[in-house]
Amino acid sequence: MGRFGIKKQKGTPGISTSSLPDIIFMLLFFFMVATTMRETTPLVKVSPPYAFEVQKLEKKSLVSYIMIGPPSNKKLGTESRIQLNDRLATTDDIQNFIIAERESRDEIDRKFLTTSLKVDKEVKMGIVTDVKQELRQIGAFKINYSTRKGVNK
Amino acid sequence: MADIAFLLLIFFLVTTTMDIDTGIARRLPPPLPENVDPPDVKDRNIFTVLVSKSDRLMIDGKPGDIRALKDQAKEFLANPANSIDLPEKEMKQIDYLGEVSVSKGIISLKNDRGTSYDMYIQVQDALTAAVSELRDELSMEKFGIKFTDLSNQDYIDAIKSAIPVSISEAEPENIGDN
Repeated sequence: MGRFGIKKQKGTPGISTSSLPDIIFMLLFFFMVATTMRETTPLVKVSPPYAFEVQKLEKKSLVSYIMIGPPSNKKLGTESRIQLNDRLATTDDIQNFIIAERESRDEIDRKFLTTSLKVDKEVKMGIVTDVKQELRQIGAFKINYSTRKGVNK
Repeated sequence: MADIAFLLLIFFLVTTTMDIDTGIARRLPPPLPENVDPPDVKDRNIFTVLVSKSDRLMIDGKPGDIRALKDQAKEFLANPANSIDLPEKEMKQIDYLGEVSVSKGIISLKNDRGTSYDMYIQVQDALTAAVSELRDELSMEKFGIKFTDLSNQDYIDAIKSAIPVSISEAEPENIGDN
């Protein structure tokens, strides 16, 4: 009798974890693909303004960045500064920066180089204009004002 | 195996920054040769937007508002009633579109060195919005879909040449505020 007795159900059966590695791997690959490593450490604070008519910046490898904003290091004051790559710079350095950026790209790609201006919204136009004049002088005409999509808060 | 995967997963989770770079694309004009005077443009073909150092607007000689700028710019560029105060139009033969009238209007944007970047972007945004709405309208009329949804590069180029982004930026100077 006991042999054919109905087995007693001991609580609810645990969830099978055999597919856990698969799920983890899936997430892992997702993040690996989606990750963009930050190449430079920001030395200036940039919180970009908001706008509606924004376009996506295509071909990240063909973009050189110029950041303008108040320095993160409080000792340097609050006057807006320009950051090129990993250091603070002045407007005189921009032409050399663009030349160096051009030289690091293939010859075919050079004319597609875009300069992305990441400028803090509190910055005054004077310094931005100086940068734009330098870019005009050196012939880097394609620019992109970095903005976020949305409404100003 | 799963441990290593977990470790990597956590590493990538922490280092991920999901920001997609977006922005307003513009083309700077080439530098002017020194001994060449800028071409004369008729008064009716110019729409001046001045931004003062305290972020106030002067639109075509009158104090203006940023919220109204888009519609004003749109009316200027489209000139629907063929008013004589608004820009001239030129009939042009454009592939895929046929005969269309292309406005000769130029938006002249001038800002002070003390204008905030935020305001400048808002003005640029409003002007871009005016152009892209006009493009959308033309595209709806000709192809039945919005300009932003067009996928054929020839159509995109056709619309772009029918409604160009004609924004000219003057060299900034210190415009007095009061």
